[in-house]
Amino acid sequence: MPPALRARELAKRYGGTEALRGVDVEVGEGELVGLLGPNGAGKSTLVKIACGLVRPSRGGVDICGAPAGSTHARRALGYLAELFRFPHWMSADELLVLHQRLAGSRGGAGERRELLDLVGLAEARDRRVGAMSKGMQQRLGIAQALVGSPRLLLLDEPTSALDPAGRRVVRGLLEELRSRGIAVLLNSHLLSEVELVCDRVVIVDHGLVVEEGAPDALRRQGGVEVETASGVRRFEEARREDVPRLVRALVADGEEVYGVRVVRSSLEDVYLEAVD
Amino acid sequence: MTAIVLYGLRESLRRRMFVVVLVLTAGFLALYAYGTNQAFDDTRGFVGVNETLDTDELAGAIVFGLALFGTMFLGAVLAVFLTLNVVRGDAEAGLLQPLVVRPIGRAQLLLARFAGAAAVCVLYVLGVYFALVGITWWAGGWTPDRLLAPGLELAAAVVIVAAICVLGSVFLTATANGIGALMIFGGGLVAGLLGEIGDVIDSPRLEHIARTAWWFLPFDALYQDALHRLTVDSTGFASFVLRLGPFGGAHAAGSTLLLWSAAYLSLALGVAVAAFARRDL
Repeated sequence: MPPALRARELAKRYGGTEALRGVDVEVGEGELVGLLGPNGAGKSTLVKIACGLVRPSRGGVDICGAPAGSTHARRALGYLAELFRFPHWMSADELLVLHQRLAGSRGGAGERRELLDLVGLAEARDRRVGAMSKGMQQRLGIAQALVGSPRLLLLDEPTSALDPAGRRVVRGLLEELRSRGIAVLLNSHLLSEVELVCDRVVIVDHGLVVEEGAPDALRRQGGVEVETASGVRRFEEARREDVPRLVRALVADGEEVYGVRVVRSSLEDVYLEAVD
Repeated sequence: MTAIVLYGLRESLRRRMFVVVLVLTAGFLALYAYGTNQAFDDTRGFVGVNETLDTDELAGAIVFGLALFGTMFLGAVLAVFLTLNVVRGDAEAGLLQPLVVRPIGRAQLLLARFAGAAAVCVLYVLGVYFALVGITWWAGGWTPDRLLAPGLELAAAVVIVAAICVLGSVFLTATANGIGALMIFGGGLVAGLLGEIGDVIDSPRLEHIARTAWWFLPFDALYQDALHRLTVDSTGFASFVLRLGPFGGAHAAGSTLLLWSAAYLSLALGVAVAAFARRDL
């Protein structure tokens, strides 16, 4: 089975600006991948090319084996833009009906009910978009993107307008999607969020992939701290496997050891190091 | 496709601007009813002309011709406001992207949005046109020589304005496109007016300018042809007087120009679809 998303040698030039300079990214079936990078790194351009909104200058993206922008590719994906607006006069239910028709979904009222329930808007199905808070609209946007049961979901900053409670709802939702086997490419500035839910992280800077891997694998060990009677002693170069030897040596020197901590860099450290 | 047409229709009817147009139209029709009634009364009092001229025809044709201009103007303004943001305006507002990524396809999306707006404009123009026919008949018993064709031509003229505006929306922001489309509309009318002046003062050059402009902006040709059909059966002195009246200087566009209008519409939409297909959003 082809991956949910495969970008090869993807490049995009806007006039004199190179937004992407040969990016290779893959999102496997049911995988949740976080896309990180500073403003202007090319993340949104990558997502837009995958959706067929922007044409690449070089290379290409396949969605479930079909070229991005093709009817087959568009049938396979759901998308929530970073900046989006829905007609203010439509109710949540009417909006989903429109997208069901456009997506060719046969889910009917059952699918709409399930999606609104999933994003916590079951009580607001008849509420007009114009009467919803920005956070509610964002959750409605996620429900809209899920119409037609897409195999790949492209989310561009889906939590930017959400309060902490709303973010938690979305995190739970992303985990639920993963359990259903839906692949997700999550473009977000919120490192903590990406760290919590993503299987893999891709860091983009100046139009290139500068770091890639599972969050755990990316977090590097940063030495060992040992709490002794004379204070905390830090061994910068030591690694986890050095801990028994270090403790033995300290005890042999007459130190009393109260605790040991293997220091790991956070995803934020990795990110800042990658984009520096 | 039907979903987008219905979406476009609902969006058009929901806009506050549509309510403004309806209120203005109601005011226009009320004033027209009053003015037409007065015009018929006044012209019936003309002394010495009843033997050579049907005063009801004179008043009816002139006032109705003027109202036809008002109808096209309101219809064109409606068409521009319904279509000025179809592509770039909606893309900048974030309304377009969620629709474009769906399997419907860009060409269908654009044509469906156009069809929705055009349907509203056609219904509006025909509604106002037949209301005017009814009011004129009620006030003075006069009806146009051709009842349906002028209304359809007027509606077609407005649809062409909508197509021009849809094409502009692919390239321009909503505000720039609205201004541009209204200026093009005004330019077409001015060219037509020059032709009428050229006809009266017997200036072939001015008439040539107007005729040439018709090929680039055929909505004015449709409007002039619609005016022509109002009194197409008038002959002799009545016909001469009507030609000199305000907005009565009508000309038959000819079947070639009418066919060209249909081709022009297809061409404008075809270019819009092709440009939209290549546009990054």
